[in-house]
Amino acid sequence: MNSPNSWLQLALYVAALLLLTKPLGVFLVAVLERGKTFLDPVVRPLERATYRVCGIDPEKEQSWFGYALSLLMFSAVGMLFTYFILRFQDHLPLNPQNFPGLSPALAFNTAASFTTNTNWQNYAGESTMSYFSQMVALTIHNFTSAAVGIAIAAALVRGIARHSAKTVGNFWADTVRVTYYVLAPICVVFALLLVSQGMIQNFKPYTVAKTFEPYTTQVPKTDDKGQPVTAPAPKLDDAGKPVVGADGKPVMVDQPVMMDQKVDTQTIVQGPIASQVAIKMLGTNGGGYVNANAAHPFENPTPLSNFIQMLSIFAIPSALTYYLGRVVKNQKHGWAVWGAMAAMFLVGALVCWKFEAAGNPIHQKLGVAAADGNMEGKEVRFGIFNSALFATITTDASCGAVNAMHDSFTPIGGLVPLFNIQTGEVIFGGVGAGLYGMLIFVVLAVFIAGLMVGRTPEYLGKKIEAYDVKLVMLVLMVLSATILAGTAWAAVTDWGQAGLNNAGPHGFSEILYLFSSSVGNNGSAFAGLTGNPTNGDWHYNVTGAVAMLVGRFLMIVPILALAGNLASKRLVPESAGTFRTEGVTFVVLLIGTVVLVGALTFLPALAIGPVVEHYLMQAGTLF
Amino acid sequence: MKTFFSELKTSLLLTLVFAVLLCGAYPLVVWAGAQALFPTKANGSLLTDKDGTVRGSALLAQNFSSDKYFQPRPSAAGTGYDATSSGGTNLGPTSKKLSDSIQAAVVAYRKTNGLADNVVVPADAVRSSASGLDPHISAENAQLQSARVAKARGLSLEKVAALVAAHTAGRDLSVFGEPGVNVLTLNVALDQVAVPH
Repeated sequence: MNSPNSWLQLALYVAALLLLTKPLGVFLVAVLERGKTFLDPVVRPLERATYRVCGIDPEKEQSWFGYALSLLMFSAVGMLFTYFILRFQDHLPLNPQNFPGLSPALAFNTAASFTTNTNWQNYAGESTMSYFSQMVALTIHNFTSAAVGIAIAAALVRGIARHSAKTVGNFWADTVRVTYYVLAPICVVFALLLVSQGMIQNFKPYTVAKTFEPYTTQVPKTDDKGQPVTAPAPKLDDAGKPVVGADGKPVMVDQPVMMDQKVDTQTIVQGPIASQVAIKMLGTNGGGYVNANAAHPFENPTPLSNFIQMLSIFAIPSALTYYLGRVVKNQKHGWAVWGAMAAMFLVGALVCWKFEAAGNPIHQKLGVAAADGNMEGKEVRFGIFNSALFATITTDASCGAVNAMHDSFTPIGGLVPLFNIQTGEVIFGGVGAGLYGMLIFVVLAVFIAGLMVGRTPEYLGKKIEAYDVKLVMLVLMVLSATILAGTAWAAVTDWGQAGLNNAGPHGFSEILYLFSSSVGNNGSAFAGLTGNPTNGDWHYNVTGAVAMLVGRFLMIVPILALAGNLASKRLVPESAGTFRTEGVTFVVLLIGTVVLVGALTFLPALAIGPVVEHYLMQAGTLF
Repeated sequence: MKTFFSELKTSLLLTLVFAVLLCGAYPLVVWAGAQALFPTKANGSLLTDKDGTVRGSALLAQNFSSDKYFQPRPSAAGTGYDATSSGGTNLGPTSKKLSDSIQAAVVAYRKTNGLADNVVVPADAVRSSASGLDPHISAENAQLQSARVAKARGLSLEKVAALVAAHTAGRDLSVFGEPGVNVLTLNVALDQVAVPH
């Protein structure tokens, strides 16, 4: 933390984000509230043609229920579309590596994952997905799930702004306009910027390179059918000594036979990576083209590409707070929400940075330089600071892309991303999802403030009543309960423990992270956990998929109901007793609400995961 | 029921329109732009030798283990530096397996480079990267390996140090990221240096 250069990078990041917020926010207002934009001459004809082909009447306003119905139908169709492409990718074009179709459980998990903007990945992209699956089955959701998120946020903001109204907008027009005017044009420019840094964009088969220094390695021997060959060998205990049976002879068990393999080539991944990565970041999707995600040199070649990617995660969520201020005609409220988000972001980033920079005392005792911090699972070009910053941003937002392996973070460094997800990803958050999630907390904060002074709470001229608060609590409780119940179930079952890569409290953290990330629609992972085991066990695939669907749709439907109810209310005149939703008092109350709800719900679980691991690490305990 | 079918029809049609535009036209536009503007980078920054054989990518680490080459960071990608199996160890801070492997790596690093037992080892030299393909090592790591490489090749330490400096990527725009030495391009450059007699 004593590198001035890192502080400068942090300052530049916040400054760039702040500078982007207003212009992009103004643009979002024009797109969502049907104003004129500079893209009209090019995009408007395409938009009109799309409405004509699909039979959409963009002027027809929908009730909250109609809006929700369209959304659910569109999502269901998209999910099936992806499921079937993944199942049958071996019969589809653009599959130069001849990857087979995915198993039903993995295809279900992946389809749910991309439909819900989660992008949890129980597979390694470069050894599973054909170019067609990447480009079509997955990328389509990177666009649509992002557009749908923004549409819902717009519907909720309209619900807050309108009064005595029955409708909240038109789902189809919102989705099409966001996609055509915002996501696609930015992505074309963004993708080319990424290629200029070294990201690849081609349709060639993987390249086989002849390496400079051939070497020999040990690999499991396989028979003609590709099955591993095993032979009886003495069983060894943890100390490496043969286990002796009751008859005094060593116990023999079948173990894989190893053989020497000469490695003189390196197979280099190719494919249309840049176009997919651009929308993966801008749409806060986060699903990597390759397994190592944004840590892979092809998916994040330089520190500059890293900076632009981090900026693109927060760009739209940040601009949406400006959109909020503009539409409810209270720009100070928009900035207050921005301020609360920015403050929580900075605290998270600093804590994560501090603990990653301090490193791991166990390893430092072995002779590893303490000044270098915890470099396990991090890339040299990003270093400690940019890895910690990226981890904070990707989990504040519902992005989930990673440029370092969260599983290998120090306990508290890893607690920050985990807790960020558990607060509901409202610190800027996912595109749209961050704003509508935060507005849930705003309603709750206003309600709490009302209770404290003993009067009916109001929010921007609307009375907040029992029905509204019930909807808010429904959202919060369903999500928390799903995370904790899923974690508890997996933690006590064989299938849950079989997937773990780490023992002790860290293993528990891996499970807790999986369910938090799934319900929170984040998609980052303590990636040591194997969610798609080779023995075909379906539990993690299916429970994870259900958690993602719950996290997305049981949040969206009550939020649209809240939007409809708020839109129908009458305005009440502001009085001296009205709690003002701007200024420092409001910001503090909002932060307090977010942190308190998260802390009360998850502290016990965090205590037996990362917190206890922190103290064990200090004491030098190993598992 | 009428609404149901009209919504279903709209969903299907919009999905198809989006598929054509966002999954067909969009990647093709980016592909055309990338191939026209940055052809080398868009195809993987490949390194080829005189007869056109591809030897690797400037962005991806390869295994080097002999004394005459600089050695990259430990790799958890497949059996090591497998570019179709990128990833880290994903071992946590209290993992015995990780601690054991770091201990072994520290001992091996000191032995290979002829360092005393109390020399502090740079973290990047003994800890696996996130991708398993990290092309860079830290400047300290490169410096500690320089004497070994110079000796194995019969080059002066100054010559090796100059090459290390030439293959060190600074911070982008002097601000972003951390400096790193590209092991692969450095080793290629070393191979091209004529050995003095």
